[in-house]
Formats: sequence, structure tokens, C-alpha cells
Amino acid sequence: MRGVQSELVESVGNLLKEKKVEFFVGYQDGSLPLRTSPCFVTKHEDVRKLVWNSFCSNNLAVYLKSFLLSLQANTRIGILCKGCDSRSLVNLIVEKQVKREDVVIVGISCPGLINTGKLLSHLDGKKILDVEENDEELILKLDGSEERFARRDYLYESCLNCAYPTPSVYDILIRVGKHAPKSVSPDPMVDEFSKKSRAERWQIFERELSRCIRCYACRNACPNCYCKECFAEQTKPRWFGLTNERPDVLFYHVIRILHQAGRCVDCGACVRACPQNINLRLFTRVLVDEVKGRFGYEPGLSLNDPSLLATFSADDKQEFMVEAD
Amino acid sequence: MKAKVTEMNEESKAQSFEPKIVAFLCNWCSYAGADLAGVSRFQYSTNIRVIKVPCSGRINPLYIIKALYNGVDGVIVSGCHPGDCHYISGNYFARRKFALVKRFLEYVGIEPERVQFSWVSAAEGVRFAQIIDKVTSEIKELGPLTYFRKGSVKKGT
Repeated sequence: MRGVQSELVESVGNLLKEKKVEFFVGYQDGSLPLRTSPCFVTKHEDVRKLVWNSFCSNNLAVYLKSFLLSLQANTRIGILCKGCDSRSLVNLIVEKQVKREDVVIVGISCPGLINTGKLLSHLDGKKILDVEENDEELILKLDGSEERFARRDYLYESCLNCAYPTPSVYDILIRVGKHAPKSVSPDPMVDEFSKKSRAERWQIFERELSRCIRCYACRNACPNCYCKECFAEQTKPRWFGLTNERPDVLFYHVIRILHQAGRCVDCGACVRACPQNINLRLFTRVLVDEVKGRFGYEPGLSLNDPSLLATFSADDKQEFMVEAD
Repeated sequence: MKAKVTEMNEESKAQSFEPKIVAFLCNWCSYAGADLAGVSRFQYSTNIRVIKVPCSGRINPLYIIKALYNGVDGVIVSGCHPGDCHYISGNYFARRKFALVKRFLEYVGIEPERVQFSWVSAAEGVRFAQIIDKVTSEIKELGPLTYFRKGSVKKGT
């Protein structure tokens, strides 16, 4: 991991030095251990701030949507992309929110991200002095002891079923080991949920989302949500109430998820952004699988494919249409 | 005796439930199909409230959810048959959206009969009447939609 980081610092340093990018979006160490925060490097001497580890969980493509709106034309931006970030970025390019020539993509083949919350819950509040990691393990130096954790047990669910750890589109690629993707579609979680009775599914859906406080963090963390005015905040017309009564909350989530149909790359940013730990992925993943199963489409893999709902085939299945008896 | 009366009341209540159904009909085929059903004096359920849209491709899933939220018991969307769209391909685009809406609503536990999609041409007055009858009877059987309606639940938590 350390080698990868120096390679990253070197590549980004060159980009800035040669004025190939105005600034670079990457990660820096967070203020707490096992966390990182997004960082924007504008000067060559700041390039050492950049880090790469298993806690780089933000989807950085999210920063391009707001930046390009306020930037002048032809401002080139460098960005660090994991597999999922690059797919989000490709989405933005395909949907004409970002120009391909305006971004320099530094791709990184991602070994999967560690669920910090889960890891911390096994530490009993002990102080963390240092973290080391390799392909298999995380080694945490704690106050007076050293503990080893198998990476696989602490990966995020979206990472466990990741089909594309390596970026689909990039200018520079930094390799991190070999990761054989073992992705299955539909996701086992979706399969299991689908087998429950209808009433039970509704009960779980309702119960899970009843914790929602309408902070819209799931929307803000998502690169796909770039509308200047979101339906949730529209006032002419106001589509639904601003309360956290159940119908209002469900309205928001149903539409947010439907807006992701055919665009969601299952990066898990919404799940990680949720302060209430709502398992949003249980409901977003079903459309990822449906889109793949029904249309054979996976978003964000190619700059030349139009997005799913911007095109059609005359042979699309229509078994769900009602027929007269 | 009293129990029996209550039971009978319940029964007649269930039978007398008349669902409110919103029908989004495209201007060129399904609306004309409904018109044909009307001028031909075909009898069919009176439960639908028609909203005319220029094309089935005009349907935003938001409209469907909004209708349920506003208190209808079901929604039927109808457009031109594939290949017959007045705007050449609007219904093909719509079909992709419909498939995903249908799957998602079913997945989270909303009865699939509540939101239905169909193709009805301007010549299919009889078929329009049949489809409306079918959808109405299915929704009637389900009873009123209580769990998604605005104001139906006081507090989420």
C-alpha cells in the first residue's frame, strides 16, 4: 500500500508540475484514525498530503458535478478514481455533465474498502496508534498491543460484490495487487429479500426508512444526483410534504431510487453517508440487478454507450403489461 | 345475531368499496380508445379518472407515486402499441421505465396490481373497457390503499 501511495504522489506531482491539471481531487488523512477526507491539491508542494488506503470511501466523482458549473471553460481537473468512482464519472460524461477532455483520471485498482464502523466496534474504544495493511490483513497498532484483522471480514457489502474494482476509463493507472472479482447478480441480499412475503417486504421497507431524518445526505453523496433543483425541494409544484411522516419519507426514497435506475453503479456512497445507518443498498441494488438481468446493461463502463433510459430496443421484454382476458 | 349483522355489514362494505383509479392515457391511441368505448356505449367500471398525456413517454414515475400519495387506490397507464407511437418511439422509452418502476414497487412490497401498464390503440374500444374492468376488479379485491397515502400515518418513528 505504501508503494502505491508514493506512486500516486509522484504521478499527481508530475501532473501539477507540468500544468496538465489546475488542481487534483484525492484523499488525505482524516482527523480520526481509520478515516480519510477528500482533499483538493492545487500546489505542487501540497502533493504529499495525498493518501491511498482502504478507508478512502468517498466517491470523488461527486465533486465534479458542482465544480464544473462554477469553473471557467477548459479548466482541467485531475481526479483519483477507484473502479466505482470511474464508473460514476463515465456516467457524468455520458450524461454530458462533464467533458472528457476536462478531466485527467488517475485510476487505482481498488482492493475493497474497509467498514470503519464495523472495525471500531471490535476495538472496545482502544486508542489506535498506527495502521498498516497488506492484501490480506489490516494490522492495527493499539495502545500496548497489536491486532490483526482479515480484510475480507470487514469489507463494505458493496465491495464484497464488486464486479469492477479497476477503473473502466483512465489516463494513468496505478495498480494495487490482483483482485479477482467474484461478483454475483442478483446480489444474495436482493435474492433473499425477494423471497419474503409481500407484507413482510413492505414492513421491512417501512421500518428501515422510518429512521430517515430527511437530511438528504444520500442524495448529496451521490454523483448521479446533479439536478440544480431536486424534486424534493421543488416548490412549483411541491410534490410532497417536508415532514418526516411516513408517506413523505417513503415518497422521497422511492423517487430517489427510481431516479438511479440504470445509472447506479452500486458504489455504496449513499449507505456510508447515511447518519442513521439505513441499509439503502437493500433497495437500490435491486434495480442494478434488474437492469443487468433485463437489459444486459451495466452503467459507467463505456464512454460510447448511451445511458439505459436514453435509448431502447424494439425487442425489450414486456411481460408485465396487462392484457385483456 | 349481532355478530352476524356485523359480519354482513363488513361484507357489504367490502363489496361497496369503489376504488379510485387514475388512468394516464396517451392523447393519440388510448385516449381515443377510451373515446371509442364511450361513443360505442360499452359498459365498463366508472372507477377511473382520466388524465390525458401527450404520450406514454411523458409519464414520469413521479406522477404515479404522487397519485398514490394523493389518495388513489391504483394507477393504470396506457399508450400506443409498440411501433404505433405518434412520436415514433416515445412508448419504447416509456416501456423501459415502466419495467423498472413495476419491478421496484413490487420489490418493496406494494401490490403489483396497484400500478399497471397497458397498450390500447384507438380502434380497441372493447379492449379498453375489458382492461379497465379487469384492473378495477383486481384493485377492488385488494381494498383501499392505506399505507402510502398522505396523512395516513401520523409519525414515522
